[in-house]
Formats: sequence, C-alpha cells, structure tokens
Amino acid sequence: MSNLLEINNATLKFGGVTAVNDLTFSVEEGEVYAIVGPNGAGKSTVFNLISRFYDPYAGSLTFDGNNLLDRDADSVADLGIARTFQNIELFDHATVLQNLLVGRHRHRNTNLLQEMLFTSKVRREEKKHREAVEEVIDFLDLQPYRDKMIAGLPYGVRKVVELGRALASGPRLLLLDEPASGLSVEETQDMRWWIDDIRKQMGITVLMVEHDMGLVSGVSDRVLALADGAKLAEGTPAQVQSDPAVIEAYLGAGAA
Amino acid sequence: MRIHFKTSYEHDIRLFPDWWSFFVYAILIAIAVVLPWLIDDFFIGEVTNVLIWAIAGLGLMMLTGQTGQASLGHAAFLALGCYSCIIFMEQGLPFLIAFPAAGVLTGVIGTIIAIPAIRLHGIYLAIATMAISILADDIIVLMEPITNGVSGKFAPVINIFGIEIERWTTPDRFYWLVLAVTIICTLIYRNILRSPLGRAFAAVRDSEVSATAMGIHISRTKAIAFGFSCAITGLAGALMGFYAGAFNNETFSIVISITLLMMIVIGGLGSIHGAFFGAVVVAFLPQFLSIAKETVIGGGVAIPGLETGVFGMILILFILFEPMGIYGRWMKIRIWFELFPFARKDMFKRQKSYLKTERLR
Repeated sequence: MSNLLEINNATLKFGGVTAVNDLTFSVEEGEVYAIVGPNGAGKSTVFNLISRFYDPYAGSLTFDGNNLLDRDADSVADLGIARTFQNIELFDHATVLQNLLVGRHRHRNTNLLQEMLFTSKVRREEKKHREAVEEVIDFLDLQPYRDKMIAGLPYGVRKVVELGRALASGPRLLLLDEPASGLSVEETQDMRWWIDDIRKQMGITVLMVEHDMGLVSGVSDRVLALADGAKLAEGTPAQVQSDPAVIEAYLGAGAA
Repeated sequence: MRIHFKTSYEHDIRLFPDWWSFFVYAILIAIAVVLPWLIDDFFIGEVTNVLIWAIAGLGLMMLTGQTGQASLGHAAFLALGCYSCIIFMEQGLPFLIAFPAAGVLTGVIGTIIAIPAIRLHGIYLAIATMAISILADDIIVLMEPITNGVSGKFAPVINIFGIEIERWTTPDRFYWLVLAVTIICTLIYRNILRSPLGRAFAAVRDSEVSATAMGIHISRTKAIAFGFSCAITGLAGALMGFYAGAFNNETFSIVISITLLMMIVIGGLGSIHGAFFGAVVVAFLPQFLSIAKETVIGGGVAIPGLETGVFGMILILFILFEPMGIYGRWMKIRIWFELFPFARKDMFKRQKSYLKTERLR
C-alpha cells in the first residue's frame, strides 16, 4: 500500500497561537484514518490545510505525488479530494439534487457558449452527471428528498446530503469533518455502515475528524490523536485509546 | 393536484416539466405575438416598456438573484449598451450587428470593471457599484465628442432587411422586436440555469467556502456572472434608448439603478418570473398613480415625491411580509390550489438557518 496523502512537518500559526505544530502523518490508499483530540486541538485546521483554505507556515503537503501547496483551494477538488464541513455548508436555496450536481462540477467539460445554447453535448453531459448523482442518491437512500429544498430539511438529512455531495464528485480521498456530530444513535450507525461501504465498495480513502469514539473505533484502521496542534499518539484505535498521553489530554494528569 | 412522475433524466432537464406548462407558455407567447391587434398603440407602448424593464431585470437577476451579488451600478451598463449600440449604428453598422455588438461590449467592459469589484462583499460591493453608476453620468459628459454630452443623442430608425422600425411611427414592429429579444434572453437565461454554470452561480451565492471545495473558481464565476448580467442589461439599455427616442447623461441616472434593484426584489429574487412581475409594477405604477391621483384629488396638483414614496412603501412591505416577492406570493397561491384542501398555514414558514462556518473568511 502506498501513501496517498503525506503531511510533513506542517506548522500553522494564527498570530501567537500555534494551531498546528510540526505535524507529520500520512494516509495510506484504501484506509480509514481518523483524527481525534480535544476541542481546539487543530483537527479541523488540518482539514483546512489540506483544502488549501490556509497556507501552512512551514512544512509540505503531498497528495499522490502532487504538491498541494502548488494549488489553489479551488483546484484541490480536481485532484480528487472532496470534503464535508463541521457546520454543514450546503447550498440552502437549492434542491438536494442540485446540491449533488454541484459536486459534479469538477467533471464539467462544456464551455460557456455551449451552455448558453444548451447544445446536445451539454444535454449528454448533463445526463451523465445525473446518472452519477443518482447512484449516490441510491447509495445513501436520499430518494425521498431528491427534489426538496435544503432549507427545509432536518439536520440529520443535511449531514447525509453533504456526504452525498462529496461522493458525487467521485473523489479518491474523502475528508469527513465530524460526520456524526449532531446525529442520533441510529443515524450514527447508518453513517458507520456508509463509511465502511465507501471504503470497501467504492475504494475511496477516508480521512475523518470525529469525537464519537464508538464510530472511530468501529470504522477506522488507524487513529491519530492530536492535542494543541501536535501529535500525541498514532496507531490502531485500541492502542490510541489506551495511550497514557491521550488519557491525560482528555481527563487531566493523574487520571491514568 | 399534479404529480410529476419522473421516468427519465430528460424530465428534469427539459424546459417545460410537462405538456400543460408547455401549453400555458405557448398560449402566453401566442397572445403576446397578436397583442398589437388587440390593444391600441398607447398600451402597446406601455407593454413594450414592461418588456424592456423585464430584460434589464433579467440582467440584474442573474447577478443578484442567482449569484447573490448586489449591484447598484446597472444604470451605467444600461447607458453603455444604449450609447454603444447607437454609436455603432451611426458609424454605419446595421442594427442586427450593432445590437449584439453593444451587448458583447457591455458584457466585456462589465467583466473588466467587475474584476476589482468582486473582491468586495455585500454592502461594500453595493457601494462600489453605486460609484460606477455615479461616474457614468460624468463620463458621458466628459466624452462629449462621442456622446454629445448633456445635449444628448437621438435614436436612429432601425432597419432590419429593409423593414423600418421606429418607436412612434411603427410601435407594433418595435414591440415585436422587443418581444423577440425578451424571448431570446429568457431562453439563454434558462439554459444557463439548467447547466453547470447556473449551479455554480447558486453555489457561489449560498456558500463560497463549499463552492471552492467543490472546485468552483469563485472570482472567475463571479466575473462571468457580472459579464452576463451586464451583457443582457446592455441589450435592455439599447432598447431603452430606442424606446425613449432621445437620451442624454441624465436618462440613466442612479435612480434607474435603484429602481432596477427594487424591481427584482419586489418581483421575487432568484426567479425569471420575478423579473417580469417586477417590471409590470415598475412600468405601470407611475401611470396607475397619476390616474389614481387625478380621480382622488383632481389633476393639476403636483405631489412631489409621491412615486418614490409609494415605491419605498411597497418595497418595505414586501421585505417585511413577503421576502420572496410577487413570485413567492404567486407560488403560494398556486400551491394552495394544487394541494387543495391539504395546504396548511405554516407550510411556508421560514426555517431558522443553521450556523455557517464563518471562520474561513
């Protein structure tokens, strides 16, 4: 197995605050890799580094041999990296179907003039996009919501739609920022199966940030524990959970 | 109650969801085409005015309703379209070339102006574009050798393959010309909405962060939206010039920009119908007010600011009670009938929106 994503010595500072401190880790192709840590540990910041929303202060980010730092935030998707957000960032005034179709944007290969005239090529492409999106809808059981506006959907469904939008882009690496936050027990269970299927059936590598240790130990191959932007422990879920440094970071000194 | 049972992808892609709506729009267009035989010249002129405003509204709707970028500078682009079309024609170009060329020129210049402006958000963008509107007035005066400054210009007679079209002598032909432009603009607008670009516009409007993560280039998309919007507005401006017959630097003042923005808000942001509904209000309200004033307090009495006051009042009422505009109200009434008797009172209650990630900006 080769490393799909490699992060070497990444450091990010906001003023005097060091959000990510000399962090090095790599994600292998085909695995589910989870990042855990207390609030403010820099988990989401790592995602925003990969998405190129932030420029690292130092260090390198490599995806499948491509230097991510050479790219702008809007061309990261072209490499096959899709993501979800901690506080759901959907397009509220559009339907579920349209949201998923936006996920297909990186596969757009028609130009302005063709789209203005809606030529037969645009029509053909449009059908292809819809076919791909329909597969995602099937996979995530979103049929009842296909034509519903996002603004009227419950939180749990929005979470799934956001996962769907990321999947619709046909990614190689999926970044899930707290996929189970705010979900009920059953919904979390569904999420767990989906993440399993995404890895096994679709062969997509998953990197996720999650607080729910049940979900993390259920699906992930390897876990990285962060505290104050630095690596605390890395290994299998069981190893990380029993690591004294991790227990100390969560529960305070002396708890172990 | 009509239910769309979808059996193919084509169903979501085609212009009309079913035969019934195709039929309705076909009838509407048929009536629009034979209208000059049904009503007299004065009203044809008024309807032409509505259509021209509707085209301008479509232009701004693309930017504000679809892409979420407010602009108070669209009067400048109306002026640009108008002046360039008429100057092209004075240089000897036929209307059929001068008119689209004016649209393209306005679009290109709009895009160039937009490039610095799209770095701004919300109210700052509105103020920056307002500056464009104010500047346009002065630029027209300063460029007197080309624009004739304050004395203004007169619109020439349009000649399409030997058919002469003029606002006053052949109002019906001018009406058909405007109708044709309206239909073409609406079609292009619809085509964009149902293609990836239209979805990219909506994505930029609703969440720039996730649009970026989906691979949408934000500033390029905004620039394209500006270009399109300005091109359509330029076409409307040219038609306005022909409609007015004569125009100068004051024809396309900042007031026109504000009226245009109010129009699409009243009509309903983000819908093609909204541009048309808004245009009806904007074009007919002055007439309606003067007739109402005459019957209530008699003619000859001038009430300064009446029009603006009523306009402002309507806008406030809409923002308070029907933020979706006339189109929103229209949809609610339609859905009420379609669902009868199952419509509930709270069905259209606005939901609280969830927290947005603001940390990335």
